[in-house]
Amino acid sequence: MHALFQTLLERRPVITDGAWGTELQKLGLTPGEHPDLWNLSHPERVEEVASRYVEAGSDVVLTNTFRSNRIALGDRAADIAALNARGVEISRKAAAGHARVFASIGPSGKMLIAGEVTEEDLTAAFTEQCHALAGAGADALLVETMTDIDEARIAVKAARTTGLPVIASMVFDSGKEKDRTMMGATPEEVAEALTGTGADAIGANCGLGIEGYIPVCARLRRATALPVWIKPNAGMPEMAGGRITYRTTPEEFASGARELQKAGADFIGGCCGTTPEFLRAVAAALRGRD
Amino acid sequence: MSMIQTLYDAILNGNAKAAKEITQTSLAAGANPQSLVDDTMIPAMNEVGRRYEANEYFVPELLIAARAMKASLELIRPLLTARGAEPVGRVVIGTVQGDLHDIGKNLVAAMLEGAGFEVIDLGVDVSPEKFITAAKERKARLVALSALLTTTMHSMRAVMEKLREEGMRDSVKVMIGGAPVTQKYADEIGADGYSSNANAAVALARKLTAA
Repeated sequence: MHALFQTLLERRPVITDGAWGTELQKLGLTPGEHPDLWNLSHPERVEEVASRYVEAGSDVVLTNTFRSNRIALGDRAADIAALNARGVEISRKAAAGHARVFASIGPSGKMLIAGEVTEEDLTAAFTEQCHALAGAGADALLVETMTDIDEARIAVKAARTTGLPVIASMVFDSGKEKDRTMMGATPEEVAEALTGTGADAIGANCGLGIEGYIPVCARLRRATALPVWIKPNAGMPEMAGGRITYRTTPEEFASGARELQKAGADFIGGCCGTTPEFLRAVAAALRGRD
Repeated sequence: MSMIQTLYDAILNGNAKAAKEITQTSLAAGANPQSLVDDTMIPAMNEVGRRYEANEYFVPELLIAARAMKASLELIRPLLTARGAEPVGRVVIGTVQGDLHDIGKNLVAAMLEGAGFEVIDLGVDVSPEKFITAAKERKARLVALSALLTTTMHSMRAVMEKLREEGMRDSVKVMIGGAPVTQKYADEIGADGYSSNANAAVALARKLTAA
């Protein structure tokens, strides 16, 4: 196991963070505005989000760089290096030595199988982003919310060239049992492919809610010797009076987190719809902290 | 008949090369292009859709089948046009303003093309004005809107309002979809339909254009 993970996992499970986009909206991000561009325009508000998670008890905070690759940014191609570097610096400042900074790398938003991008395009885009994040001092690189094993492998390979530990996490929300990726891969297939590509930890994030990720976690656990990373959504978004809401409560989420721990999760946090309140509840449930 | 069966299988299995070759051979042998579409190709895509709904097929299978269908249709469409046959319908599709996600939208576009629709794909981050202009200029009776984010789905409402402002609400149907979108939301903004996946989108598009 990677030395950093070995250290962190002395206090297992490691508590990660929750959603960023919805928190940034609370601070004024408008629909249609690109969240990552706030690293340059509103760094203090981005830092506020990271700080809230650190205060809530997160041992690991991510960076506001999920879409900061050349392909996902599209026409808005800003200074990629600056966007990523600022993302790491902001989270590092918020962590203030109390949390590790794992840099977020999301998908390109294009499909390899449909010929929308080539392997070379993806390699170039992920390599550029990963090196910017590593250069700014990220502790680890997180390839997350992936729907296609092939794209995840390309991103993991690019991330590995930095020498930092790499986590690879995919979305399981398809198939009869909602235990497959969008492309139809099972947890076992994902575990084999990503373990084989040299990831230092593998996992699942986003998806349909925490209940569904308990069996997915158990299957990943059985299929790999690597640490398992889980960050579920707070259920599915629902519309209520013109506003988006998530029905899962922080308490329900925290009790799900206990189940995840039993199912073998090493890193536990939340994705869409989770807030610092959720992470506070998770920390209380898993650490007896209040 | 074996030739027909193999075209059916070629589409079902997403073998674009075989689909194209068999179509060519069939046409050369005097097959009726309209009945190839109606009796073999559309039933094949219906079976693809059924398997997808039943979670036996996933996105890759869906995409390659739609691609095989398209390869075959490209050979047949000019013949149908020459006979004066109209496409099933014309759809303007795009991901709404502020949203750069196009995977779901592309899947729906591929399936609609596979079902014989003429698809005008406006891409991602499409403003309400662009949707309106395209629908007007191309005389499309159906507009399909996609959004992946809870933060951008509100742009759908803006398109609905713009259509009303322009007095086009009676001539154009609107269907919406994407991860955070629900039937309830479609009702709320006054869209004509919602579908949760690319296959259901085809059935919905047929229903909306048949009216």
